[in-house]
Amino acid sequence: MLMARPRATKANALAALLAILLGFAVATQVRQNQSLGLESLRQSDLLTILDDATLRSSRLDQNARELQATRDQLVSGSTSGAAAVRAAQERLDALGILAGTARAHGPGIRMTIGDPGGKVTPPVLLDAIQELRDAGAEAIQVNNVRIVASSHFSQGASGIEIDGRSVTQPYAIAAIGDPATMSSAMEIPGGLSENVRQIGATIDIAQEKELTVGALHPLSEPRYARPVPPSAPTTP
Amino acid sequence: MIPALGLLVGLAAGLFLHPVVPLALQPYLPIAVIAALDAVFGGVRAVLDGIFNDKVFVVSFLSNVVVAAFIVFLGDQLGVGSQLSTGVVVVLGIRIFSNVASIRRHVFRA
Repeated sequence: MLMARPRATKANALAALLAILLGFAVATQVRQNQSLGLESLRQSDLLTILDDATLRSSRLDQNARELQATRDQLVSGSTSGAAAVRAAQERLDALGILAGTARAHGPGIRMTIGDPGGKVTPPVLLDAIQELRDAGAEAIQVNNVRIVASSHFSQGASGIEIDGRSVTQPYAIAAIGDPATMSSAMEIPGGLSENVRQIGATIDIAQEKELTVGALHPLSEPRYARPVPPSAPTTP
Repeated sequence: MIPALGLLVGLAAGLFLHPVVPLALQPYLPIAVIAALDAVFGGVRAVLDGIFNDKVFVVSFLSNVVVAAFIVFLGDQLGVGSQLSTGVVVVLGIRIFSNVASIRRHVFRA
């Protein structure tokens, strides 16, 4: 726009006025567009924007639902994992008590068989153990030998041997279970107490609210027996 | 020169004064601005061609603005508002381009 010299003519003044108006309008419109997006639009534009927003909101809703489902899965997975761990721990405890690898404590009875005359034989002790088991004993020890499924009683050179370990009188038997049931089982006519007294030994039973079976049985791997796989059909 | 200064003054005034556009006029202001720009470029081209007439410029400026706004308003009432607005913007854009091309030929001799 190369003009000779600015002159204050009517044309110039009018053009200047219009230019002022134009600049004003441009600045206003730009500012308007920046600050108030929606109020200056027409109905069809607003409808398009509304459709867009609805679509996006439904997509986000779906996203939120999927994330919620994943979160629920993870939460329930973690709790079921904890439940599985608890179940495994309980099983471990139960098997430990049975196998004699875990100490046990609880209510039970203390039975002392005194045998100064050496009349007690391994079958007598075995009988005592069987009677206790029949009465519901869950953990048994004789002197300091833990009685487990594989325990065997034999007559050794110096006396009775349990699992190859020598035990001497008085035989102190500790059994954890229901005290009343076990002590009454020992006292039934023709039961253990009567047999022991008949062969000339003494027997003394005391019920305890809390006693500990602290003897442990060393764990040994079976050399011949192997577990059957769960899915294989078992042979009769 | 004076109109260019006037333009700058108007821009500054618009930026600093924060005017609020009346709600009824809000959809038409952009179209009006484009139409006014078309008139301004036409005026500049007329100056460079040596055929500038201030009356023609003022009338064309005002009539451009009014007609563009009216066409868009009519389109809104008839229900073809966005299409007509697009059409007006396209036509004004074509005219601005052709005026600017003329100006360019004058200024850069190219």
